Amino acid sequence: MKTSIFLGTVAATTLMAGAGMADTLADVKARGELNCGVNTGLVGFAAPDANGNWTGFDVDICKAVAAAVLGDPTKVKYVPTTGQTRFTALSSGEVDLLARNSTWTFSRDTDLKLDFVGVNYYDGQGFMVRKDLGVTSAKELDGATVCIQTGTTTELNLADYFKANNMSYQPVNIDSNAEGEQQYMAGACDAYTTDASGLAATRAAFADPENHIILPEIISKEPLGPAVRHGDNNWGDIVRWTLYALIAAEEYGITSANVEELATSSQNPEVQRLLGVTDELGAMIGLDKDWAKRAIMASGNYGEIFAANIGEQTPIGLARGLNAQWTQGGLMYAMPFR
Amino acid sequence: MSDTHAQTVPFVRDTMLPPAEPPIREAGAVRWLRENLFSGPVNTVLTILGILIVWFLVSHFWDWFAHSIWNAGSLSECRQIIAETWGEGARGACWAVIRERWNQYVYGFYPPELYWRPTMAFGLLFVALAPVLFSEAAQIRRIVLGLAALMTLWLMVMLDAPALWLAFAAVVFLGALLVSERHPAWLLVFSILYPLMGVWFLWGGSAWGPIMVLVGPVLGWIAWRVMHPFSSLAAIVAALVIPVLWWIGYAGEAARDAESIVSFSIPAVTSDRFGGFLLSVTIGVSGIALSLPLGIVLALARRSDMFLVKSLAVIFIEFIRGVPLIALLFVASLLLNYFLPPGTNFDIILRVIIMVTLFAAAYMAEVIRGGLAALPKGQYEAADALGLDYWKAQRLIVLPQALKISIPGIVSTFIGMFKDTTLVTFVGLYDPLKSMSDAVRASTSWKGIYWEPYIFVGFIFFLICFGMSRYSMYLERRLARDHR
Amino acid sequence: MTDMSAPGNPTFRPSMLIYDRRYRSMTFQVIVFILVMALAWWLVNNTVRNLAALGKDFNFSFLWSRAGYDIPQTPIPYTSDDTHFRAAVVGLLNTLIVSILGCIAATFVGIIAGVARLSNNWLIARLMTVYVEAFRNVPLLLWILIVFAIFTEVMPPPNAFRGDDPTASMILFDHVALTNRYTAIPTLAMTNDPGSLDLGARITFNWATIAFVAVLIGGWFVRRMIGAWAQRVQDQTGSRPTTWWMSLAVMTVPSLLLIWYFGLHMVPPELRGFNFTGGLNVQNGLVALWLALTLYTGAFIAEIVRAGILAVSRGQSEAAFALGLRPGRTMNLVILPQALRVIIPPLISQYLNLTKNSSLAIAVGYMDIKGTLGGTTLNQTGRELEAILLMMGVYLTLSLIISAGMNIFNSRVKLKER
Repeated sequence: MKTSIFLGTVAATTLMAGAGMADTLADVKARGELNCGVNTGLVGFAAPDANGNWTGFDVDICKAVAAAVLGDPTKVKYVPTTGQTRFTALSSGEVDLLARNSTWTFSRDTDLKLDFVGVNYYDGQGFMVRKDLGVTSAKELDGATVCIQTGTTTELNLADYFKANNMSYQPVNIDSNAEGEQQYMAGACDAYTTDASGLAATRAAFADPENHIILPEIISKEPLGPAVRHGDNNWGDIVRWTLYALIAAEEYGITSANVEELATSSQNPEVQRLLGVTDELGAMIGLDKDWAKRAIMASGNYGEIFAANIGEQTPIGLARGLNAQWTQGGLMYAMPFR
Repeated sequence: MSDTHAQTVPFVRDTMLPPAEPPIREAGAVRWLRENLFSGPVNTVLTILGILIVWFLVSHFWDWFAHSIWNAGSLSECRQIIAETWGEGARGACWAVIRERWNQYVYGFYPPELYWRPTMAFGLLFVALAPVLFSEAAQIRRIVLGLAALMTLWLMVMLDAPALWLAFAAVVFLGALLVSERHPAWLLVFSILYPLMGVWFLWGGSAWGPIMVLVGPVLGWIAWRVMHPFSSLAAIVAALVIPVLWWIGYAGEAARDAESIVSFSIPAVTSDRFGGFLLSVTIGVSGIALSLPLGIVLALARRSDMFLVKSLAVIFIEFIRGVPLIALLFVASLLLNYFLPPGTNFDIILRVIIMVTLFAAAYMAEVIRGGLAALPKGQYEAADALGLDYWKAQRLIVLPQALKISIPGIVSTFIGMFKDTTLVTFVGLYDPLKSMSDAVRASTSWKGIYWEPYIFVGFIFFLICFGMSRYSMYLERRLARDHR
Repeated sequence: MTDMSAPGNPTFRPSMLIYDRRYRSMTFQVIVFILVMALAWWLVNNTVRNLAALGKDFNFSFLWSRAGYDIPQTPIPYTSDDTHFRAAVVGLLNTLIVSILGCIAATFVGIIAGVARLSNNWLIARLMTVYVEAFRNVPLLLWILIVFAIFTEVMPPPNAFRGDDPTASMILFDHVALTNRYTAIPTLAMTNDPGSLDLGARITFNWATIAFVAVLIGGWFVRRMIGAWAQRVQDQTGSRPTTWWMSLAVMTVPSLLLIWYFGLHMVPPELRGFNFTGGLNVQNGLVALWLALTLYTGAFIAEIVRAGILAVSRGQSEAAFALGLRPGRTMNLVILPQALRVIIPPLISQYLNLTKNSSLAIAVGYMDIKGTLGGTTLNQTGRELEAILLMMGVYLTLSLIISAGMNIFNSRVKLKER
């Protein structure tokens, strides 16, 4: 129930003073809502539709966590964050969980006091150019104008890459993906660089995708993952194992459709532990035993989420590649549930 | 008589000739042209230059406007229709995007079934403003209130507002029209209640929250009445402290308790659903309303004889005026949480309103200071001569006149602030200009549409700001006449 | 509190702190001071506790670590290997460039539009009214976005200049190319380069530039001396010697000599590889921001100028004509000094606004101080508290410098009232 905003302020500044932010789980439960930091609008990962309903790959992670913790995937407040405000939103406690395709790097994990709990998408930075430019390799981009989003790791990678290869370039700094597309389409830059997934998504949305190519070089590793505040390990565990539950569910063939059925019929001990049939794994992280079941039912297992938002059947059309299960030669590897 | 006259002076004409037409060069359109456009070589050159500019603009943009499409599902469909109707290669404006997404530009992500609530809140704003802005002329007041009532009620009907609330709005408008005929000042009561009402309409939830907030000042007044006979100082302290204690200590609980006994609530809407012009108007109006009292205090402080008070006011005003609003917005989004007790966390919209209020208050203080300075010195001296103390002199003599002189300045501060609300896009809020257009463009059907959303949003901003500036100019002329 | 024991005063009672006018203001100030100090302490204490809770500290050492990012337009040499501090300085210089250019251009636009609005010419007056109202009543951000969009959508890409039958061509005798990335303009080169003055930290000034500045300043002083001499002659003999050719010669001849000596010439840009090289590529972000700021602020200045001219009563110019002053001198000696008195104070605040508004550079990717220190640096280091405080400090200093400078100017043009 929302009382007046004035009351809210007064209450917030006084009553909540002193309530530390160490126990995120208790805060979320008390609030009855998960505050989830997402992108301001990147189709496929997180974007509001015409009615303000959020959909996307990152959004489904938020939903799974909300389902696991609160029992209801709709109890999420999506906080759109820009590249500049995202980490502060997390560290100031404005969001409980940041699922905003952020790259896991050393300094962010340590100096910025974030905790990356896992990787939900293995990405790498690439370049997109027009076909008629006649460029087939990033090594031929000497002197080119490159559109680059500010405040991202890609900006640093780009500088490093051109320096290492002894090439020069003219950066065009842009503020959002939408702007990057506009600049690139108008020919204001020769190449557009961002995560390869983003490039594919952008290219797929063009009227003439066949006239644009993504260059073969991937110049960086971009492991994208959800992050939580440093210092609340219990909350970090919950998010980490919710993510692993989704990945493990795909490995064991648990889908949103058959999760109920498997909970009663499956003889696989790992599945039984995961779905709370045997053992009380949920209790160890402060949740009930059905937490993983609810997380999977929210929008399906990792594979379903991937396929529904960014998979080959969607306009974005990304192949699984590195993000396939380890059994399929990919890097998605859930730690054992035991 | 006429006979003799005719005989003695045979050649006198006895009827007047009709006056001759003026030469063609000195009459009608030709004369106007000569005087206004071609009165000299310099003027002729300027005119030709002007015509060239107009011709350039028209020739470049006319076909685009002329080929406007209002019915289409996507940009590609638009382009197809234009190509079919006006031939391949023709350009045209695709206003279909506005037709399809207008609600997002106006209401953001507010629940569509509740659109009537912000509409009603906006309509009632005119009633709240009537005693302040439209008190000068009964004619204007009637027109503004009447139009606001008609438009609001019509829009509410269109938006399927519940009958109960329709009746409520109708009663308020009718009451305001009637009351203002006799006692325009009585409307001030509504102006004071309006902020709480507006907040409740916009965010919803239990009505007990705003009511319990209102209880605070009532308690303070009671305390003042009770204590006054004993000690006026204690009464003032009590009147100030008791409401604060009430708000901090018990108001929230009281609202919850009252709600559990008698439930009286409308569906709550969280701040993340706010966007578009709804967000701009909310931030703008609350910013200006909150900054007015703060601005008055700052202006009085800056003109104070007390060195310390004066320097603090100067430091605050100059600091705020010295940094860009965008930096303050980043303070709101990035730093405010550092400055407040650990664990405090409230809404980004509220934080933005706080910073916008501080920003506007500094400008407001300067506007009001101008008003105070413009007041003839005799007024101050007369107040002193009457033996009024500082606060009484300010309250009864100085401020009413100074604020009236400042109204045009206040309105132009408001225009500036309203335009600046577009900057909230940089802290991740959905302003109508950039974020909303980006959101619309993110959908595959409207990818690549630039000019139409910009022109639409710019046009609405122009209408609102131009209207306000014209009204403030009218007010300025009227007030100036009063002083002569 | 010393006059507590002053003769004639009744003995001091605590209630006098409130009821006695002499002490009341003191009491009030003490209370205000305590409250403000308490508030400040509360804020600082909260910040310290919050930082401790997050395990962060408050220090500016991040300014000396490697920045790692590139900046499109750098007035002083800068590479990604430089420090965050140098990046911030580059940003500050970019802010200054767009602000100074904007202030100059906006003043011109404002004066022209303000005078034209008062013109007898119906068409011109109406056009200027439309311009002023259109810019004043629409958010600046919209104009920046629109101007920027015009540049990116309407101008041709550099590719269009290529080939035997290019679809776009350079203007001004093949010296300037308007593209959707930048405006390529010629740079100046010298055949007889005198070398540079090294100020350290890789900041250099070419001796030729220094020579030109010195010659111009010297010329200005000489011109003033000529003016003073002419005045003296006029005072003694009653007739003023013709000096315009002397002034002209003093201002131009030494510069022309320098140009000839250094062999100064223009190098037009030419298309090589992906982009124009050889010339100077002025980023569209800068041009769009500059243009939008100029037109927006110009509209406000136009109103100020118009009000200033209208404020001078007609009797003043009539009196000047009656004294036999020519129209030019009437303007210079009678109208302008009085109009300026009205114009300058609001003009200062427009300059301030323009400087602050230049922080909207973020919308067009122009790396000003908001873009470097308050943007990328903040983001890469996570030092939001330090970065934003530093940035606000810089803006505040800029504002104070502008108001101080303009106030001095204002007090000089102010009419001495008696």
